[in-house]
Amino acid sequence: MADVLKDLTATSPCAGLLPVTIGGLTLSEAVQLPMTLMAPFKGQEAALSHALEAAHGMSFPAPNRATGKAGARAVWFGRAQALLIGPVPDPALAAHAALTDLSDGWAVVRLEGERAEDVLARLVPVDVRIRVFKRGHTARTELKHMMASVTRVGTKSFQIMVFRSFAATLVHDLKTAMEGLAARG
Amino acid sequence: MRIACPLCGARDRREFTYRGAALPVPALDAGAEAWSVHVHLRENPAGPLEELWQHELGCGAWLKVRRDTVTHAMLGVVLAEDAGLAARDGEGPA
Repeated sequence: MADVLKDLTATSPCAGLLPVTIGGLTLSEAVQLPMTLMAPFKGQEAALSHALEAAHGMSFPAPNRATGKAGARAVWFGRAQALLIGPVPDPALAAHAALTDLSDGWAVVRLEGERAEDVLARLVPVDVRIRVFKRGHTARTELKHMMASVTRVGTKSFQIMVFRSFAATLVHDLKTAMEGLAARG
Repeated sequence: MRIACPLCGARDRREFTYRGAALPVPALDAGAEAWSVHVHLRENPAGPLEELWQHELGCGAWLKVRRDTVTHAMLGVVLAEDAGLAARDGEGPA
């Protein structure tokens, strides 16, 4: 038994599936970073935002927004919650919010390319064109029946997240949409 | 059919799940008769009805939606937490 356990190695959610490049679009797995769900206690929203600013240099995001930058980002993640991606949370945050380690719970991929918007248009019932969905905008929405988080991280790139157990389905659905788009030229 | 989530904005119906009529919850000690009415009796109007939906595939919030059952027109949406439906510690709804 001990020998078997010794041979187990941790793998990322999309290990062996990504990256892929189809028709000028690239789908890759994001570098795995610590992820912590922050759920502010009642009346502690402002205090949490100050503490977050002091410790990690970003405010608590408003609904449908992300703050920070690559490597240290806070993404609005639903009613009264946001996901801190990158930094290990400063212990001071715990006074204002319930903190839950979700590092292993979500698959995080990055879709990049000129027509990334057109790929998402096939999968998500939200308008993600740049004139309404700018860098720093995020949406909790449905992606082929999966609960997803979609964030624009660049003019031509999106961060897409689903539960880790849906990683293979996410890759399959994104690849299919990328192939369909490429086939139409 | 779209529902304007107060947090996320107008979203497609597929992101939401339906609960039923938005009824004030009786006090826990209101008695069997009041609870029987709460559980079983519905107005079933042809017209505006207040009901509960959850933005399940979005932000997760429960919403109180006023919907016209004839036309499916959405007449108003508020967060359920602001709708004063819940009983508090044995009291009636706010």
